[in-house]
Parts: sequence; structure tokens; C-alpha cells
Amino acid sequence: MIWDVPHETMSRADLQALQLQRLQAQVARVYEKVPFYRQKLMEQGLTPQAIRSYEDLYKLPFTYKRDFRDNYPLGLTAVPKEQIVRLHASSGTTGKPTVVAYTAGDIDTWSEVMARTLTAAGVTKHDVVHNAYGYGLFTGGLGFHYGAERVGAMVIPMSGGATKRQIMLLQDLGSTVLCCTPSYALFLAETALEMGVDLRESSLRVGIFGAEPWTQRMRAEIESKLGLKAIDIYGLSEVIGPGVSVECEYQAGLHIFEDHFLAEVVDPATGEPLPYGTRGELVFTTLTKEALPVIRYRTGDITSLNAEPCACGRTLVRMEKISGRTDDMLIVRGINVFPSQIETVLLQVEGVQPHYQIIVDRQRTLDDLEVWVEVSEEVFADDIRGLQALEGRIRDELRNMLGIAARVKLVEPKSIQRSEGKAKRVIDRREVYGS
Amino acid sequence: MRDTQLSVFLENRPGRLAHLLQVLSAAQVNLRALSVADSADFGVVRLIVSDTQAALRALQEAGLVAVTTTVLRAEIPDVPGGMLHGIVEPLAEAGVNIEYTYAYSERPSERAVVVLKVDDLEKAEKVLEQRAGG
Repeated sequence: MIWDVPHETMSRADLQALQLQRLQAQVARVYEKVPFYRQKLMEQGLTPQAIRSYEDLYKLPFTYKRDFRDNYPLGLTAVPKEQIVRLHASSGTTGKPTVVAYTAGDIDTWSEVMARTLTAAGVTKHDVVHNAYGYGLFTGGLGFHYGAERVGAMVIPMSGGATKRQIMLLQDLGSTVLCCTPSYALFLAETALEMGVDLRESSLRVGIFGAEPWTQRMRAEIESKLGLKAIDIYGLSEVIGPGVSVECEYQAGLHIFEDHFLAEVVDPATGEPLPYGTRGELVFTTLTKEALPVIRYRTGDITSLNAEPCACGRTLVRMEKISGRTDDMLIVRGINVFPSQIETVLLQVEGVQPHYQIIVDRQRTLDDLEVWVEVSEEVFADDIRGLQALEGRIRDELRNMLGIAARVKLVEPKSIQRSEGKAKRVIDRREVYGS
Repeated sequence: MRDTQLSVFLENRPGRLAHLLQVLSAAQVNLRALSVADSADFGVVRLIVSDTQAALRALQEAGLVAVTTTVLRAEIPDVPGGMLHGIVEPLAEAGVNIEYTYAYSERPSERAVVVLKVDDLEKAEKVLEQRAGG
């Protein structure tokens, strides 16, 4: 199902013409209204008139996460304060959060792209949407809420936490759609089982999961434990929140709503644009945002783009599932390690739960990678040797995947903290960034 | 004769064994024998208890990984050489391998009870029965 047929199925040529026209207007606006962008363009010797063709995009300077920090809280906004009707903020791991602003027009755009997102996932006005994304400063809760209302579905604004109550209401209200982080979906299934409830027997038929990295194996696990179709979504607050891209029913990549968000993939090291099909860092330029436009924002997410037509009828470019983060990437003994690789290995080992913690430490000068894995009844059978063999198997598989040795430590079930928001997979105890 | 043993996975750090015993105590389960085997990071605690099913339920409710295993239970005279002549020698002669064993004595009797995990339960059982009979 397609929510906005004209925009989601327009020819690539028409789309590029629309993008160029919107890009020219956006660059002219930030040049006039945002001192930060004016200065950056002037440093490059650029004026808005320099943007004549689509390729002129590549002349524009990049914007980074640190630019939000340096202009905290609202230094990058392009409208006077009285036009701003909403603020959100993303959880900063260190220091100040990233604050993002919306005009009434932005909230309308956001509701539209979220309506497209939910429709692509198969949601209609006949659905009951259990929204367990956090309501508040986090964009997830309200983003989904407005989109689901725009579609006309019945929304249950659960937010996070109070998991047992969520399971009760989910059953009592006959929810058909679950919206939350993938790790919380698994936590819900686990908690339900403890309560003697099998969520496969609930009315849930589709789940829309995002806001943290997850693998295909985790998708299979969620689908089998909850008895629903798991749809991947992507978004980030610096661009708008959820509603940037979503999988259609063919689940062959995530369609980006390019009439609002112009996407590129660049080499993370050099910033050079990369051709379709080549993996690199995803970069966005907002084309219609009013309060907080961004020009060539470096997301830090690793993916590739595919502009081939999709069987669903959408002409919008598809991004592959995010395969890592340029900044979450761990460099251990000089080797690049993505937490998603470790998750993939664990899900391949029979009986091992996808609950894990990665601990990186530095013993004198040598980096030490340790992976904690929870033991389940499926793998435990009274003997030490069996467990040591399991440790050995995981260790060997990790070495194959990562190219470096990792220590494996088996821990008791549920001893690894379950997150009700984004899962914290990595603890880096090395003091490699400090003075 | 056979007996059912409980095996519990525990991390090898202070307080975990105490936690296990608190759970059993709260469930009014009495311990007959306990043995701990350890590796660097984890341990397996093996227990013979008064009510295996009640203990298993309590442990699983507490979120611990616990399984039951069938083991051999043999009584021997509580005298020097009792274990050697009563159990270990006959099993060795019969080619049965002992994977692990632990013992306790039941007062006020004069006998000790030995718990054994062997690679061939049936054979070991026969060997020890013949020995007791002959």
C-alpha cells in the first residue's frame, strides 16, 4: 500500500528536478537565515546561485554532529522562535543533548512521512497501534503517534516501561501493530512468557522496529517469538526523527522519502560521493524542513543505495539495512569491529540468546576484547566440558568473523541489563580518547 | 540405585552461591549433598536435595539455569578403604569411567553415601549391585 502515490512513484527524472528546485530554495534560505551556513558557504567561496545542477550538491560543505553541539541549543535554526512549536532532543552519550526544532509545517511534513511509513508497513485505519516508543524528548513516541493518527489508526500511547502492564493492555485492546525498538520487542516476548502469555497467540500482525541497530537474525527471532512481520524503519532526529525511510512489503531495502530528504553515500574517510551499490556513510540534506534544515549532514551510519525500481511501485531509492556506525565502530588491536558482527555470530550458535555485552579494555598496551554471553537451559547440561566447548565454539566463530581473538565469558541468564530504550552493547574501558 | 541430581549454572563470583542457597532455603528445600565444580569464569553446583521438583521450580523462578541429571547413588561402609573396594575398584575393573563423584555420610548410620556420574550408568549399576549381593 502506498500513502502518497504522486510523490512515492514519480519518475526519477521528475524527482531529481523537484529535488534540485527544493535544494536551491533551501540553500538560499539557510544562506540568508543561518549565520553558521552562511559562513561555511562563504569559506568555500559559494553563494546560493552556485547551485545550478544536481551535481552542484557535491560542492556544498558537510554538517556534523559536533556542529549541533557547538551551536547548542538552537543556533542552527532558520526561523524566529515564535514560529517554533515543538522541540525534541536526542540522548547525548556525553555532554549536552542535540536539540531539534519544528514549525507547524514541519510537524505536518513529519506526520505525512510517518503516514507513508506506516502505510508501507501495511497499517490502515482498521489497525490498533501499540506505540511503545518513548514519548517525550525522544522523537520516536510522538513521531509514530502523529503518523498513526494521520493514517486514522487507533493509537495506544504506551511509551516505554511498565512492561507487564503493556502485555496486559496489548492483549485486552487487541493491538495489531507493535511499534518499539527491536530489543524491547524481545524483552516484551520474554516478559510475556514469564507471565504465561504467548504473544504469538495475540492479535499482533506487524511490528515496526528501529532506533537501534539490529540484524536479520534478530528479525527472525522477533518474528518467531511474537508471531508478526517485522518491518525495519530508519530515521534520526537531526533530519526529522522516524519517517526518513522504511521497508515496503517486499523487504528489499528501505525506501527513502527523497522528495523531503536528499540522500547520498560518501566515503567516510575522504567525503567523496560513492556510486549506487557501494557501501559508505549516509549523508542527508533536508529539502523541506523549515525550523532546522540540514545541509549534507553526516549520519555516521554505514549503508549503500539502490535506485533500481522496486516491485512495490515506489521509485524512491532504497538503502540497505544499516550495517554499522562510523563512530560506534570499535578499533581493537587496529582491526575495525562492528557490534553487529558479534551479534550475527552469536545468533548463529545454536541455543545462544542474542543478549550480549562487549567489553573492550586495555591491558598495559594490548587491547582486550571480551564478549559476555548469557547461558540458557538449551545449552546447559550439567557438565563443565560442554560449556567450555560452547565457549570455544563462540570464540572460534568470532575469530573467523572479526579476524581477531576475543575472550568469551558465559554469564547467568538475565544478568546482562535489558534496555527499555536503546540497548547498550559496548562498554569501552580504554582511555584512548582522553588526555 | 539411581538418584536425581540438580545441576545449576553459576557465575564464579562472590555472592552467587549464597543467592542459590537463599532460593532453596526460602523454598523449604533441604540439602543432602553439595559439590561445586569450577572453571575460570563459571561454576556448576551439583546438589542432592529433599525435594528435587520443588527446588527446580524455585530455581527457575529465580531466573537460574538448572537441570536434572540421573546419577548413581551407592552406600558403602564408612571405614578406611570403603570407597576404594566398594566402588572405585569394581568400576575400574568393569571399564566404567567415573566423570565426577562426591560423598556424604548419613548419621547416625555407619555408612557413607557416594554420588557418582559415570559414562555407563546401567553397567555401573549392575557392577555395584553384584558387589553388594556377593
